[in-house]
Amino acid sequence: MNQADIVQTAPEDGALEALKDRAALVLEEARRQGADACEVAISRNDGLSATVRLGDIETLEFHRDRGFSVTVWIGQRKGSASSSDDSAQSLRETVAAAMAIARHTGEDPSSGIADASLLASDLPDLDLCHPWPMSVAQAVDLAGRAEAAGRADARIINSEGATVSTGCSLRVYGNSNGFLAGYPGSFHSLSCVLVAGADGAMQRDYWYDGSRVPGRLMAPEDIGERAAARACARLGASRPRTGTVPVMFSPEVASGLLSHFVGAISGGALYRKSSFLLDSLGEPLFPAWCDIHEAPRMPSWNGSAPFDADGLATRDNQFVSAGVLKSYALGLYASRRLSAQPTGNGGGVRNLCISDSGESQQQLLEKMGNGVLVTEVMGQGVNMVTGDYSRGAAGYRVENGEITRPLEEFTIAGNLKDMFAGLQGAGTDVDTRGNVRCGSLLLAPMKVAGD
Amino acid sequence: MTTTETDKLSLAQSILLEPAALDEGRVFAALGQVLGGDIDYADLYFQHSRHEGWVLEDGLVRDASYNLERGVGVRACSGEKSGFAYSDDIAAASLHDAVTAVRGIAGSGHSGTLPVARRVDYPVRYAGDDPIPGWDSARKVELLRDMDAYARSLDSHVREVTVSLSAVHDVVMMVASDGTLAADVRPLIRLNVSVIAERDGRRERGSSGGGGRVAYDWLLDADRARGFVREAVRQAMINLDARPAPAGTMPVVLGPGWPGVLLHEAVGHGLEGDFNRKGTSMFAGRMGEMVASELCTVVDDGTLADRRGSLSVDDEGVPSGVNTLIENGRLVGYMQDRMNARLMGVPPTGNGRRESYAHLPMPRMTNTYMLAGESDPDEILSTLDRGIYAVNFGGGQVDITSGRFVFSTSEAYLVEKGKIVCPVKGATLIGSGAEVMQNISMVGNDLALDSGIGVCGKDGQSVPVGVGQPTLRVDALTVGGTS
Repeated sequence: MNQADIVQTAPEDGALEALKDRAALVLEEARRQGADACEVAISRNDGLSATVRLGDIETLEFHRDRGFSVTVWIGQRKGSASSSDDSAQSLRETVAAAMAIARHTGEDPSSGIADASLLASDLPDLDLCHPWPMSVAQAVDLAGRAEAAGRADARIINSEGATVSTGCSLRVYGNSNGFLAGYPGSFHSLSCVLVAGADGAMQRDYWYDGSRVPGRLMAPEDIGERAAARACARLGASRPRTGTVPVMFSPEVASGLLSHFVGAISGGALYRKSSFLLDSLGEPLFPAWCDIHEAPRMPSWNGSAPFDADGLATRDNQFVSAGVLKSYALGLYASRRLSAQPTGNGGGVRNLCISDSGESQQQLLEKMGNGVLVTEVMGQGVNMVTGDYSRGAAGYRVENGEITRPLEEFTIAGNLKDMFAGLQGAGTDVDTRGNVRCGSLLLAPMKVAGD
Repeated sequence: MTTTETDKLSLAQSILLEPAALDEGRVFAALGQVLGGDIDYADLYFQHSRHEGWVLEDGLVRDASYNLERGVGVRACSGEKSGFAYSDDIAAASLHDAVTAVRGIAGSGHSGTLPVARRVDYPVRYAGDDPIPGWDSARKVELLRDMDAYARSLDSHVREVTVSLSAVHDVVMMVASDGTLAADVRPLIRLNVSVIAERDGRRERGSSGGGGRVAYDWLLDADRARGFVREAVRQAMINLDARPAPAGTMPVVLGPGWPGVLLHEAVGHGLEGDFNRKGTSMFAGRMGEMVASELCTVVDDGTLADRRGSLSVDDEGVPSGVNTLIENGRLVGYMQDRMNARLMGVPPTGNGRRESYAHLPMPRMTNTYMLAGESDPDEILSTLDRGIYAVNFGGGQVDITSGRFVFSTSEAYLVEKGKIVCPVKGATLIGSGAEVMQNISMVGNDLALDSGIGVCGKDGQSVPVGVGQPTLRVDALTVGGTS
């Protein structure tokens, strides 16, 4: 391939219909092999990613993923199989593998595809696919500009590179109750990882942006400068003293905190009784100013989708209203296990949003007065059964509402239920890159362990 | 072991090449099309991977799955640059497309000389038998049901039991521009048990499991499967009694085996060749220096028979090795893949690994452990005036540039005056790699390896690994408790 050639990742005309035809073939093959019910998901992703390190191209990767998965039922017995090979022979063999499994699994009364009446009938175009055709030379130029802008800071002594990544996908879902639909999507990102140095010590940090729409990405120079500023700000970090102090999460880590809430209200954790929020509907979990909802059909948002993993319509769900837990997030199977109504959350929540408390990050810092601003959390120290939370962290000391110095190598610990209930404020500085959109979160005092 | 590397190569060719009407000659010809211009190295990675998973939940095997992945990855290297493309089908046409794409990394040039095939010889570290058909489906279901019933019989407080059983049979072939022609056939099984116990309204989890590059029968040898069940129930019951962990910096004694995740995070990642070539690891440029207490000798060993992290040959056709990383506290070796070894002017160490044909290889760990010392484990515990004795862990994470790392306890005890006081709730421990390794003041004589559960993630790629260590005393680690 010549470097000047444009790399097309957009699905070609008719590709979605071709994928739907493949899905229909799988459903037909399952019926032929004796399945009482069947569902199939087929996807493809095409992408290009280019990394520039120290001013020169380092890696150039062409992505081309194909795959499908099929689930069959014999009565209430279920079997699943998947493959990266979607040739006609592989379709037959994969269905046969699923059928072989379904002869050995147990009768599960909750199992099965959705009744036709539950399946999504309105499937709006959510404007999810915005291809970004670019040549390798253009990709290298964009990544190079990000890295160069960051390296312009003399304190940046090394780089792990800047990466431009672009890709388009097709997703199709079909089942034997008559549902067959799909949609194209795109996702593009720009990231930069830099190393700052002083007095023989090194600190690494990064920044990235990601969007379905290329024009909404931050300028590469801004990403590089942000990465450099973050790495440099860590230089000279010390450890906090052990104690109980107010803690604030910056938006990029606050979204992770809310993800634990999502995990705890998800059907799978509930029917497995492995959530610390069992039997909590109607309970005040958050302060009264706090609302949490999902907006899965917002046009062109990163987490949007017209239907869920069961073929049910996605819908706006109000999970928390005035601080009170109003709804769990249930896919079809979980809803049957819990004798509840499904909420269109097969495959998870989409575009979760928390109401802000009307304060900017600076106003929240002033509200906190003295404490710790956490900008990085490390490790997996979250116990979803009990809500116990203990994680490594890095961030900044805050004194009289001002960030005064960097902190590293400490832990923060508490219980998620207490952390949610003690929320003091949610910032207007919303991070829109991920599936959970929220600003800075100011928490009540937590145990900080350091020196 | 009956399988030889020649058997593996002929099996790999019959599974990977013959259905696509490819053969050794055509594959090397495709590779020849990548070469030329500024391309100084290129390789092809063919893979055919089958996976099955069975899960029992709430007393019933409700779902099970089978997965087949096959494809070929094509890489071209020019100095520090890599071009990479792959295809989800193995066919002459798609191979040609991928080959054409990767040449973009160094611009176009005339095709280079066709390499002469050089078969790589290596000792096999595991039998290549496919575990999936080794047991029929009914037997797999029966094992899971038996484990469920056994867990519930062990303690009336057990409320939820989840058991999962999985197996992979991975057939790979590596063809490189230096003539390398190698294949491997890798089985991998894993059994996991997770229970939730409830008492007086309090619920706690316990989990255990293990596996390796073995057949399913391994689970029944030495009563292993039931042993995992007993261990999961024991942990859940202990956690029901756990009190809040202390907060602050204190001495910590780590038990043998899986707590070796300490080494994986504190020094393992930081000694991978790519970070050291680029100078982004805190260990970069420190070869020959003391980076740990002189009690510490740490190796990465891909040659252990049947181990989860073992490889007969790595994903670049380099036989695995026993590589000493730290010897009596001194840094003596990095782990290398081919590219980083070439750029650093050292031999590859058999640590070139990739998640699949759709991923680029990188230097990765295999089984990483510390050699046994001389202290009696009980004596080590008796030196703890006030601190934590941690015997089981969840995962960990490291920032290789600053050296800060964390790992989280799943079974730990508060110790005072050398005696266990009570179990404590899960807490994250944080430290800085070099400092913590310098703070290792006692090393036990009880080296143990983990039971075969490790998964290591790097740059979005997961590979199976092993860890191990004897009982260790670390004089100062920060414990992230709440009291």
